[in-house]
Amino acid sequence: MKVPLSWLKDFVDVVLSPEEIAYKLTFGGLEVEEIEYIGWPRPENAARGQHAQWRQEFKTYGLSWDPAKIVVAQILEVLPHPNADRLTLLRLDDGSGQEQTVLTGAPNLFPYKGQGSLPQPLKVAYAREGSVLYDGHKPGRELMTLKRAKIRGVESYSMVCSEKELGISDEHEGILLLDEDAPVGQPLADYMGDVVYTVKTNPNMARNINIYGVAREIAALTGQALRPLPQAVRADGPAITGQVTIEIRSPELNPRFVAALIKGVTIAPSPYRVQRRLRLAGIRPINNIVDATNYAMLEVGQPLHAFDYDVLTRRAGGAPRLITRLPAPGETLTTLDGVERKLDDFTILVCDPAGALSIGGVMGGAESEVSDQTVNVLLEGAAWEFINIRKTSQSQKLHSEAGYRFARGIHPAMAVRGVTRGIELMRQWGGGTVAQGLVDEYPRPAPTVTVTITPAEVERLLGVALPAAEIVRMLEALEFKCEVTSDRSLITVTTPDHRLDIGQGVVGQADLIEEIARIYGYERIPETLLVDALPPQRRNLALELEELTRDLLVDAGLQEVQSYNLTTPDKERRVLPPSGPADDRPYVTVVNPITPERAHLRHSVLASVLEIAALNTRLQDRLALFEIGLVFLPGEGGDDGQPAGLPDERRRLAVALTGARQPLAWQGADRAPLDFFDLKGVVETLLQGLHLEAVAFAPTTHPSLLPGRTAELQVNGQVAGWLGELHPLVREQFDLPAQPVLVADLDLEVLLAQAAQRELFPAVPVPEYPPVKEDLAVIVADEVPAAQVHALIARAGGALVAQVTLFDVYRGDQIGAGKKSLAFSLTYQAPDRTLTDADVAKVRGRIVKKLQDDLSATLRG
Amino acid sequence: MLEKLESIEREALAALAAAADTGALEQWRVKHLGRSSVLAAALSDLGTLPKDLRPVAGKRGNEVKQALETAYAARAEALRQAELERAMTLGAVDVTLPGRPVARGRLHPHTQVFRMLFKAFAEMGFQIYRSRDVETDDYNFGFLNMPPHHPARDQWDTFHTQTPGVILRTHTSPGQIHAMREYSRNGTAPEPIRVILPGMCYRYEQVTARADMQFLQMEGLAVGRNIRLSDLKGTLSEFARRLFGAQVRTRFRADHFPFTEPSAEMDVECFVCGGQGCPVCKQSGWLEILGCGMVHPTVLEHGGYDPRVFSGFAFGMGPQRIFMLMHKINDIRYFLQNDLRFLEQF
Repeated sequence: MKVPLSWLKDFVDVVLSPEEIAYKLTFGGLEVEEIEYIGWPRPENAARGQHAQWRQEFKTYGLSWDPAKIVVAQILEVLPHPNADRLTLLRLDDGSGQEQTVLTGAPNLFPYKGQGSLPQPLKVAYAREGSVLYDGHKPGRELMTLKRAKIRGVESYSMVCSEKELGISDEHEGILLLDEDAPVGQPLADYMGDVVYTVKTNPNMARNINIYGVAREIAALTGQALRPLPQAVRADGPAITGQVTIEIRSPELNPRFVAALIKGVTIAPSPYRVQRRLRLAGIRPINNIVDATNYAMLEVGQPLHAFDYDVLTRRAGGAPRLITRLPAPGETLTTLDGVERKLDDFTILVCDPAGALSIGGVMGGAESEVSDQTVNVLLEGAAWEFINIRKTSQSQKLHSEAGYRFARGIHPAMAVRGVTRGIELMRQWGGGTVAQGLVDEYPRPAPTVTVTITPAEVERLLGVALPAAEIVRMLEALEFKCEVTSDRSLITVTTPDHRLDIGQGVVGQADLIEEIARIYGYERIPETLLVDALPPQRRNLALELEELTRDLLVDAGLQEVQSYNLTTPDKERRVLPPSGPADDRPYVTVVNPITPERAHLRHSVLASVLEIAALNTRLQDRLALFEIGLVFLPGEGGDDGQPAGLPDERRRLAVALTGARQPLAWQGADRAPLDFFDLKGVVETLLQGLHLEAVAFAPTTHPSLLPGRTAELQVNGQVAGWLGELHPLVREQFDLPAQPVLVADLDLEVLLAQAAQRELFPAVPVPEYPPVKEDLAVIVADEVPAAQVHALIARAGGALVAQVTLFDVYRGDQIGAGKKSLAFSLTYQAPDRTLTDADVAKVRGRIVKKLQDDLSATLRG
Repeated sequence: MLEKLESIEREALAALAAAADTGALEQWRVKHLGRSSVLAAALSDLGTLPKDLRPVAGKRGNEVKQALETAYAARAEALRQAELERAMTLGAVDVTLPGRPVARGRLHPHTQVFRMLFKAFAEMGFQIYRSRDVETDDYNFGFLNMPPHHPARDQWDTFHTQTPGVILRTHTSPGQIHAMREYSRNGTAPEPIRVILPGMCYRYEQVTARADMQFLQMEGLAVGRNIRLSDLKGTLSEFARRLFGAQVRTRFRADHFPFTEPSAEMDVECFVCGGQGCPVCKQSGWLEILGCGMVHPTVLEHGGYDPRVFSGFAFGMGPQRIFMLMHKINDIRYFLQNDLRFLEQF
């Protein structure tokens, strides 16, 4: 909302600089988003001084008018230009005592051309040589400096200005004509300089979407008195009674409807000062009647609607009868914006017996609006249920100044204030006679809200002790009525009838405490540290282990990525080869996606990681990525008795490796492609870091992976996911280059549940006696898995074999076809003595015999 | 005899000076100090001298032997040094060649910024509480004092799912209700709470450099029998000092959120320019960091806490925004794009 400071001054004395006011408002909860300077110096233009400290606080813009160069002047005579029909010469008095000759092409002066001395001189904004103004002939706002020039043989050194040139509006059709009482010679900045605040009003601040509300806040925040809202009306006409009747059929949606009547108005432009205020506030002036409704709305906060009374009379065939009601099935209405609208069954309408006239609280209808021919005006001010207005605005996609205000809740008491102010402004600006009295249907009066509050309660929530008198002073500044018990322990607070945001009971107390904090000033509330008892501390083991997993994978050289959880089934389908089975589990689907690319919650973290791999593969020849994230699968429902329909959110871990084993280097880098065992090494590092036991990699098949290079990870007999080399068809679907891509897709819930069991794993003592190391090369049939040989050695060796490490696998002529040699490094170790050659020989014998018996293995010479 | 010793010494020392490497030196040692050296022969010849000449000749003989040994040791040390130096020079490398690259891993910036925040709050007794991404309308709005069609809902553009009433959470605030209900369910008296609630949130919003449809949020919640707005100010200012330095100032502006009352925005003094004004703080000297307030009585009630006995404060911040300010990142989309040229900088 745009708020001119000059308008605020109608209601409150402004004792601080414009920037200090902006600061007070912002810290009091009415954030000033920017400050526009109309003619007044901006702080950075000002000499160092009182404004220096505020210089950078707010976004500011605007043009300052040099007080020595830009002044109020009067045109004494409009003369023709000797050499140009479309130009005129002005005889002008700028208050300097010397008459000036000014050249202009302003079309609004043509009617005065050649009429001799004007009986009523025209007041204008006059800019002398050297003035800095906006260029009226260029689009947008571009600065120019006024220079002396000869135009068609006549010397020009100054000009009369349009609103655009002064930065008031974009109006450049003619020059600005000031009101008749403008004092000649006064600097224009003093006469009509201004500051316009753009104020953000929060949803709970309906009462402040108007000038008077902001003035009330400034009064309270700066300790000044708030002047009363003008409510006097000169009503000389016959009583309104009988000239219009009102019927409210849905009082819960329309608790109040107020109307006033004025007859014999003359439609004309509003006075200049009114037009200027409206423009500064961001509203386009139309004519005096429409302007009066807008002006009163901006000032008081009550949206108003003006009907052409004669149209209503014609439709009714007599005294108009207004009815507010819900629409009949299929009913439509053409609104002021020319759109024919289908109405929802909750849309509240203002009608007469002939049909709908307007959408209550949102927008008027085309037929009954005020036109240039209007003579008699019926002015409506009503109260509407705010949630219904919001629903209507959203459903009709219809956003108006009225709807914006009503949707936030306007107190029904405001209807009378708005209508009273509006009808008087119509009379002042349009002439005519106001009918005495109002028609006021008020079937559902708003309850008076009373809340009791104690200084103790204020201290309990704010942490600052405020005496009852100070609390009362702050609340009364906002027009609350307060009664204090004689012992000053209890304050009974009555909410003023311009606000609906104060609740009952404990909610109302919180509402009042917020008002007290705002007016007292947040900056004055001390900073304390929590004295409340530290709550019972609980571990979050699920998160701790997840973070440990991240650290282990980063230690293994992997880069963490994090993806959108929103994807599409088509994108995810790529993790399976085109011919194979599809993922037929239903998706959680967003019904209003921003883009169809992100409309479903993912089933696969691996698909996300492969997408990221494909994105980066053009730029990097080695990728080692992992992501820990959620998948969203059909589930049983949420916690805390939340309804069914909530998905099962499970954490998964996906790993992808591809490219060269080592980064490119100038010497000695291993540039062979990463393979299955690089991946397995990463997974083993993770499993060891989680101290998992009973881990197995079982050969298996998976549609996404190459047969023969696929393993299922089992922990304690539970399946924890799978790993292997990506199927070439899957690789192609992700546009990954033709090189091995190694992937793991693990169920982190299974893995970490197991890890939680192993958190307190026992450490093994460091042996006191020296180990004995020896190598053992075993020849077995090619199909015997290495893990089986490894396990057999460990088992046969028993307690004295501390470590078994496979360090070579050989196939070839030396050992014959169909066989392989596995070379193990064995570490023998006893906890209580130094092993002798005989001890080791005995154990070795046992191992060799077991290998021979179980696997027909032989030792390689 | 004495002359002979003199000439032995002279010749030996001259030969020693000519020994240019350890091989020549060894040959010299064998020749001049060995068992079959001229000196050894001369010394064994001493016995053949007349008795009166023996002491003088013997003394001189020992002197020559010692002189040669000392000279030998000095020469040996000099040669060793020279050879070491030569060897070291031979091993010189071009130190401007790049080092062998280490294929290191890194945490995603999301994880890094969360850990930074977790640490700051853990030191103040706040524990981490996580809750689900897909929520009900009640938890996301209703229990947080935003009944259906409430105008405050306009601030949160929501992704709706095919199941009516099931949405993607627009903020981490539903976690407040989950945490309160969990902590108030056990036993007879509800427990006090001090938690932070990190997580992914989703908003129906055009993706721009400033806003993404999926983003991080972190809230905090403290509930107890004696929690005041002054505690909120103190705790959050303390947090700012832990994160940005002991000197950093904070300020609180009144604001509005449906689930807190009173509500505030906290600004911290710009940590880039120290409050002097710079492009990061748009010359204001201050950075808007988080929203906060006292937990609304209605929210406390929905969480199972009697607002007449309990009070609390809550706050919420955008971890990505904090990270962006710290590293002068101007596009939030980098986080979920996962271009390694971005990720590998952190």
